[in-house]
Amino acid sequence: MKKLLFISLTLLLGAAAVASGTIEGEVQKQPLNVSAIIMFLLFVSGTLGITYWAAKRTKTAKDFYTAGGGITGFQNGMAIAGDYMSAASFLGISGLVYLKGYDGLIYSIGFLVGWPVILFLVSERLRNLGKYTFADVAAYRLKQTPIRTLAAFGSIATVILYLIAQMVGAGKLIQLLFGLPYELAVVLVGALMILYVTFGGMLATTWVQIIKAILLLSGATFMAIAVMAHFGFSLETMFAKAVEVHPNHQAIMAPGGLVSDPVSAISLGIALMFGTAGLPHILMRFFTVADAKEARKSVFFATGFIGYFYILTFIIGFGAIIMVLNNPQYLDVAKQAVSGGSPILGGNNMAAIHLSHAVGGNFFLGFISAVAFATILAVVSGLTLAGASAISHDLYANVFRRGSVDEMKEMKVSKIATVILGIVTIILGIAFEKQNIAFVVGLAFAIAASANFPVLFLSMFWSKLTTRGAVLGGSLGLAAAVMLVILGPIVWVQIFGYETAVFPYKYPALFSVTVAFLGIWFFSITDNSENAKNEREAFEAQDIRSQTGIGAEGASAH
Amino acid sequence: MTKEQIEHVRNNPKYQKLVKGRSRFAWTLSIIMLVVYYAFILTIAFDPSALGTRMGDGVMTIGIPIGIAIIIIAFLLTGIYVRRANSEFDALSHQVKEELKDIA
Repeated sequence: MKKLLFISLTLLLGAAAVASGTIEGEVQKQPLNVSAIIMFLLFVSGTLGITYWAAKRTKTAKDFYTAGGGITGFQNGMAIAGDYMSAASFLGISGLVYLKGYDGLIYSIGFLVGWPVILFLVSERLRNLGKYTFADVAAYRLKQTPIRTLAAFGSIATVILYLIAQMVGAGKLIQLLFGLPYELAVVLVGALMILYVTFGGMLATTWVQIIKAILLLSGATFMAIAVMAHFGFSLETMFAKAVEVHPNHQAIMAPGGLVSDPVSAISLGIALMFGTAGLPHILMRFFTVADAKEARKSVFFATGFIGYFYILTFIIGFGAIIMVLNNPQYLDVAKQAVSGGSPILGGNNMAAIHLSHAVGGNFFLGFISAVAFATILAVVSGLTLAGASAISHDLYANVFRRGSVDEMKEMKVSKIATVILGIVTIILGIAFEKQNIAFVVGLAFAIAASANFPVLFLSMFWSKLTTRGAVLGGSLGLAAAVMLVILGPIVWVQIFGYETAVFPYKYPALFSVTVAFLGIWFFSITDNSENAKNEREAFEAQDIRSQTGIGAEGASAH
Repeated sequence: MTKEQIEHVRNNPKYQKLVKGRSRFAWTLSIIMLVVYYAFILTIAFDPSALGTRMGDGVMTIGIPIGIAIIIIAFLLTGIYVRRANSEFDALSHQVKEELKDIA
């Protein structure tokens, strides 16, 4: 296995070296960036080194799924931040601020406020009840087979949708930054992610996420300080300059069109809040710490890092308005000739990347490009591990083998699942290259909020929940989320090309989450079976464990 | 857990104090967060210009400090919860566990 790792490492570095050669041949818009390639290679070899180290320590299923439960609260907080701060939030939110100003901040706040609620209501109960996946918690006192099947289905759907979005973004970004062909970029990301997860499991994934969080936070901090220094550390001076140069002028200092009607506003809020609390790769991180105390600390640090990061992206977006917009160096002349205005090379999401060049030259551009790549790798690794765990721990070990399975066998299945998931992701990433994927992340959040979250939440808080209620209600929530996204304006109008949407709102969560909760409630209270009676009676023992941690999974000895 | 153990924990006043205190605290903080966030987002939905009101003579609008404040509030609330949970609630839950050992 070690030999295999070594060979793959050599192959990968080789592929990257060849790729860096091809850039020279086809430099179109982006100049050849040697420092970006060097820093990227450093990151890849460093993280593969960690994977090698982690592989030697990953001996049991517990090591593989949860890094032995020995991650500290601070480390896990960093890793959660590394898992959550995707390239989409770094480039997308700073790009949104660059384009519309204040609206970017509204978006960031929505992504942050779910965290305190996760801490207050979910994190410690989850830690006290679960082992490897959130389905452990949902199925704690309910029937294993149906609940785990539903939870695994919700997890895999969320993971694959999220992976598609990350892969397509990764391919385009790398194509632009490093000049690599799109397909090669997607294959490279997929191959690295398979290596990290199959060999290093949760331990390697955690450290990849921690390193990425440190790199991203320090890079963003440097950029924000450089921007602020430019304006004598006065926000007012910076905003005044931005208002002067931005075509929308004073309007960038106030909410624009992001949330226009109350229903969309509430629905977006519910999707972000409950969706975050239903993302399998995020929930899984709570099993990597020793106890409830460390689980709480994790969220405290994660909220701090993520909140700080969003404040930085706001400053970075404004910095880009001043230093990138109207700067002939970053102007996409070809595009301007067609559509007018002052489009920047690579589109609005490249605002932060161009800003890194404006404040720190080629060297810093290289650093930020490598960080953007590292960001994608860290996020896809966490997602793949969560998806593979749902397949091996929930579907294989508990549904297919009814819980009687050798640990080594389960781990092997998990690794096979990782490889398959990786290959599927690469294929989907290539297939979706030219597709409009604007709906994908929204759909992932909608499913997480409408299928995963209600079942998980009520299994911990509502004593009258029964298997029938959870399965029927959760499935209804899932179906409603998928249906409403398809019938909504993004898919129905933008993709299918119909005149008007059947369902008028972009965010279905308000409706689909309500359907899920009502469904679970109705089918639980009307469930008079013997089984339902036993499940209700089992709540008290579960509740005592969730409240106190009596009988909870501890950390491994090593 | 046996029936006797469940019975014991359920009747332990420390356990009751823990559950009651923590659940009240957790829900209070959750509701504060929800009220703050939905007040913000509904203001945007119903009266977007409100947050665009300028402060003083400059270009700065009240929306900027309010937005940043919500991020800071989110972080502070997690800090407040962790502080109390890691001391008071953990101490209580530790005692409940110890007392359960005594009867075993």
